Amino acid sequence: MEYFLQQLINGVTLGSIYGLIAIGYTMVYGIIGMINFAHGDIFMVGGFIALIAFLALVAIGVTAIPLALFLVLLIAMALTALYGWTVERFAYRPLRGSFRLAPLISAIGMSIILQNYVQIAQGARVKPLPPLITGGHTLIASESFNVQLSNVQIIVVVTTLALMAAFSFLVARTRLGRDMRACEQDLKMASLLGVDVDRTISLTFVIGAALASVAGIMYLLYYGVIDFYIGFVAGVKAFTAAVLGGIGSLPGAMLGGLLIGLIETFWSAYFSIEYKDVAAFSVLILVLIFLPTGILGRPEVEKV
Amino acid sequence: MPRAVDSMRLPLAAALKDAVFAALIAFGLFFFLIGLRTEQGPTGALQITTRLPALAMLVGAAFAGSFLRALLFGREPIRLGRTLPPALTRIAERAGRYAGLALLAFALLVPVLFYHDRYLLDLGIMVLTYVMLGWGLNIVVGLAGLLDLGYVAFYAVGAYSYALLATTFGLSFWICLPLAGILASFWGVILGFPVLRLRGDYLAIVTLAFGEIIRLILLNWQSFTGGPNGVSSIPRPSFFGLPFVDEAGGFASTFGFAYSPTHRVVFLFYLILALALVTNWVTIRLRRLPIGRAWEALREDEIACRSLGINTTTTKLTAFAMGAMFGGFAGSFFATRQGFISPESFTFGESALVLAIVVLGGMGSQLGVAVAAFAMLGGFELFRELDQYRMLVFGFAMVAIMIWRPRGLIATREPSVYLGERKAVAGTLVQQGRA
Repeated sequence: MEYFLQQLINGVTLGSIYGLIAIGYTMVYGIIGMINFAHGDIFMVGGFIALIAFLALVAIGVTAIPLALFLVLLIAMALTALYGWTVERFAYRPLRGSFRLAPLISAIGMSIILQNYVQIAQGARVKPLPPLITGGHTLIASESFNVQLSNVQIIVVVTTLALMAAFSFLVARTRLGRDMRACEQDLKMASLLGVDVDRTISLTFVIGAALASVAGIMYLLYYGVIDFYIGFVAGVKAFTAAVLGGIGSLPGAMLGGLLIGLIETFWSAYFSIEYKDVAAFSVLILVLIFLPTGILGRPEVEKV
Repeated sequence: MPRAVDSMRLPLAAALKDAVFAALIAFGLFFFLIGLRTEQGPTGALQITTRLPALAMLVGAAFAGSFLRALLFGREPIRLGRTLPPALTRIAERAGRYAGLALLAFALLVPVLFYHDRYLLDLGIMVLTYVMLGWGLNIVVGLAGLLDLGYVAFYAVGAYSYALLATTFGLSFWICLPLAGILASFWGVILGFPVLRLRGDYLAIVTLAFGEIIRLILLNWQSFTGGPNGVSSIPRPSFFGLPFVDEAGGFASTFGFAYSPTHRVVFLFYLILALALVTNWVTIRLRRLPIGRAWEALREDEIACRSLGINTTTTKLTAFAMGAMFGGFAGSFFATRQGFISPESFTFGESALVLAIVVLGGMGSQLGVAVAAFAMLGGFELFRELDQYRMLVFGFAMVAIMIWRPRGLIATREPSVYLGERKAVAGTLVQQGRA
């Protein structure tokens, strides 16, 4: 029971990270109907920027951890958002109106570019970061097993919840959110009614990238290591989460992220850690076979 | 003074403004990732070093590039011709009829011309392996319009089938080759079933997941596949039973030649050439059969296809099975050539490479795929010293092709069905991956 509770806590933490990445997939898919294959690598770039920014801040004398982390958060969100904007501007925007698979292939190319760019710029080795946030609480102490809730886990979950709330507000209440929802329903009609479609799509990428960078920071804090390849697997899992929750649906992305995090954690805990990625990928296949619209998604009607 | 042309270009001040903007963006993008570098210091903690010249160069390049672009082209997107002009197309079309034959003749002569150049022969074998993989994937992507990002899985199944059958039961290459093909196409059907209902990009992601699952199983099922150590000492191929060894009963002594290790390489070269040509020939013939026409109809419009009574289930499954079978053949060839295989050879990057070959060549164009495989692997070899940059260039190439020549190098297609006169049509008239 204690073991189960501990895995539940770990799963929810991991799921929060996946959920944050999944939002980027689900928003882009909802609006322009493409899988932004490079999104996982944007998450990786966000983690790297955060790592380097933190080291740079320490080097110039900002050693108070809370302040440094706050600045890192701002820097990483801003610069990763810039990456999101640039990728959209150069690799996807010229392809609007091209054949259906063109953006996907371009996105695969972009993903290869980002991975190799970071590998060349920062080296292929794993980058470790000593734990910045230490300590935690023992929830249940028993002689066999202590259930721990670490401070990092609290921060990850709370940050995720706060961002989700802010983002839901943005989509539901602001002008930009209304534009985004209009674009999601009908791009052409939205542009006829005065929505600046290009700008809205750009901002969608920017926001998605900013959220992914937060996920990157959380990943860095939680695991303490980062390398140029984390984006690929995390990206596929987050995409699985988006599909599982119902692509195009924001609560769905979060729910899907949580479920994938839990599935992965429990699978590692009770079956085999080697096959945890196989479990996540199999879930993707199973969901698409039996529940192609996801848990909270709307069925898609194919028109002739 | 023609104003229409002038208005495209920007005045100096505006161009400068654009350039400064681009330089700022570049600074933001590259400051942390290029300008600073993290290295593990002697204590194991990360240390930071600056790399400002590289940063300055990139920012300068962004400034200059954007400035020139604004002066020369204005803010309009740069459009290269998406297809060749008609006159050129006609010439290319005429040349294309002979180019295939010329390439084939060249390929046949390579071992004769470069008999003493082991390196070139090995390179030729590698290029032909990718030509074959490209043609195999072309059945799935180019003809049936199903985007498959996990093609390498079938390559792996073929390779491991041969490796394990040969090392465990001592079966010969010629028995294992069809078995590997059958096993791979069996896996193709297994993958095909769940994805029958999926559309283009969902399909792509599921095939990607499938490819990764196969790789992870090969990596972790130690007792069966040897895990990360792979399978080694895989038997080399024999000349229909005559091994390439320097002793009585070997290939050389039976035919009365002096023994040379090159014999085996030349044999491997002709073997993969034959396998690739079989792939090509089968594809060309299949396009004339009802099933091939069904594939192309499926690519053009799935709903219309279904309305006309084509069984889309069997159509998709046969496309997957057929493509997978050739991937399996290529895989068992790869295993016998290398003598050693491990899961590292079957990563997603490999799938992306084969897909890039198909896309660059022009999906559905057989000649284009061959030319693209040649160009891409030849290019990799030419820039061998720039090893770490080649994947980067490869990624840029994929994006650039999608932007400027989305129909690939060969932008015309030979229709399978035509009225009256037979002629090539522009690739833009062909649907791609709507299914």
